[in-house]
Amino acid sequence: MSASTSPAAGSTAGDAGQAVPAIRLRNLTKSFGAKGFNETKAVDGVDLDIRQGEFFSMLGPSGSGKTTVLRLIAGFELPTSGTIELEGHDVSGKAPFQRDVNTVFQDYALFPHMSLVDNVAYGLRVRGMGKAERRERAVEALERVQLGKFMARRPAQLSGGQRQRVALARALVVEPKVLLLDEPLGALDLKLRQQMQIELKELQRSLGITFIFVTHDQEEALTMSDRIGVFNNGKLAQIGTAHEIYQRPTGAFVANFVGTSNLFGQDVATRLYNRGSQFVLRPERLTVHWEGQGATHDGATSLRGAVTSLVYVGHATQVRVALEDGPAVVVLVDNDLPEGDALVGRNVAVSWADHDAVWLPDAA
Amino acid sequence: MRLSKSAKGILGVITGLVLLFIYVPLLLVVVNSFNADRTFGWPPKGFTLEWWGRAFESVGVREALVTSLWVAVVSTIISLVLGTLLSLALQRYKFFGRDVINLLVILPIALPGIVTGIALNNMFTTILGVPLSMWTVVIAHATFCMVTVFNNVIARLRRTNERLEEASADLGAGVFTTFWLVTFPQLRSALLAGGLLAFALSFDEIIVTTFTIGAGDTTLPIWILQNLFRPNQAPVVNVVAVVLIIISIVPIWLAQKLSADSVGVGAPKPAKAKVAA
Repeated sequence: MSASTSPAAGSTAGDAGQAVPAIRLRNLTKSFGAKGFNETKAVDGVDLDIRQGEFFSMLGPSGSGKTTVLRLIAGFELPTSGTIELEGHDVSGKAPFQRDVNTVFQDYALFPHMSLVDNVAYGLRVRGMGKAERRERAVEALERVQLGKFMARRPAQLSGGQRQRVALARALVVEPKVLLLDEPLGALDLKLRQQMQIELKELQRSLGITFIFVTHDQEEALTMSDRIGVFNNGKLAQIGTAHEIYQRPTGAFVANFVGTSNLFGQDVATRLYNRGSQFVLRPERLTVHWEGQGATHDGATSLRGAVTSLVYVGHATQVRVALEDGPAVVVLVDNDLPEGDALVGRNVAVSWADHDAVWLPDAA
Repeated sequence: MRLSKSAKGILGVITGLVLLFIYVPLLLVVVNSFNADRTFGWPPKGFTLEWWGRAFESVGVREALVTSLWVAVVSTIISLVLGTLLSLALQRYKFFGRDVINLLVILPIALPGIVTGIALNNMFTTILGVPLSMWTVVIAHATFCMVTVFNNVIARLRRTNERLEEASADLGAGVFTTFWLVTFPQLRSALLAGGLLAFALSFDEIIVTTFTIGAGDTTLPIWILQNLFRPNQAPVVNVVAVVLIIISIVPIWLAQKLSADSVGVGAPKPAKAKVAA
């Protein structure tokens, strides 16, 4: 799958075809606490290649290690073992100021005692750029994020969304090879977040810089990313495009964490398909037959069950059905159903096309 | 909690009495420094600036004042440097023995001055073989002045966002640049408050000073002690005492104002300085 053929991908590649990855992690491990005493592995043997110019999301629940991986790439933490390469050069032991990556922090970490223009010019200042030039560049960067007219203000005088933009301008003005974003949209309200998602994606596309975006919001990851790495317990559970992650999860964890999944156990699988591994079905792939008569045509499977609840979600209704010979499942029904609980308790049939079943490897 | 009217009245009276007990004697010293009567009879017989004039003409007083200021300034500077480094180490880094060091650093302010004084005197004269001088006083003062700086700075560090330092490093700044451009501006008012307290502590210190000062040197408090029972110096002692009061109280008042003010990290806090002062 090459969902990410970005403009920058070929430009810095030495040999034809095989581009050097922007970031390469090899067996990356980070433990906290004393060895053998209260040691916890926040990151546990992660191997990952992030391509040049890619929008890569690291998705996972809190405590899954995604933020630690980001902090390791930035250099705020040093790995217990393993290596980090930036465009083919090992930076594992280097300090943050020796790495050509920049970070947009979750709380933005703007310098409260500096004006916006001084905040944005900071990276240029510590690199020794002259006052006039760095100021000009900082003003340009602020104008790019529509904050030019606020350049003399202090961060405390801005709204959350504006601070976010300043943090972005401050990190991008030094032209990093890779931009790291640590849940930068977490503090924004839904509307603003959706707007920033689009803006970030467009910005990334026009700059051609590699973005590594940490989030626990699966919808955010699905909408923005070229590829997603799903983290669980310090390990990478799956790497793939949004499509692959959603349609072809390789394990029960990914299937459950990304979107809603109906997981069918080995016993059901053996009975229905004579195959001893788990499979999942997305709610939108299931059909409810209200009269209790399931589909009978070839390539379809049907099970009986009783409706336990209905949840109206605006564009559709989630119908929960307890199957007689299977798990409780969620079905997404988009036609209008009567309001209230009139349908609860009704005996129905739930069917699906066999090819929609996603089989999980036995290991999971 | 609501208090009854009589309770409020009683508490008010007690508060008033306590404050009177503290401040009336001080006020008396101030008034007597202008009292025309040599024996400080009450009520004062008349107003005079004679004692103030004599104090300023006295070489002994002037020298003692300069010594006190010098000792206070130098020990404050040493305290600022060491206190800041210590608080950065203890707040920003984790290492073996951190809690022990924290306790050992704070302890000198609780130690009785006479113990510190004797111990340091013994250390300087018999073990190190260093002649006592103004420098030995400075070192002795720094041991406890450092604590006020340390306390102020570490409290501020706890409230400032560590991510700011990471952001600075991320943008390419080395350790010293980060301290100078990001950490230090956050600490400025805490350093000032801690420094002023350190200055006030050192300026009127007498016990430790007595044990660590060289034979030829005199600080202002020691000058007072030496001249207290010389009848012809009594009016001048009052003047020196007033000078001591002013130079000690002003920094403390300023320090209190400064510690109440937030440096503006995150959401600005309502100014509490007015209430505190």
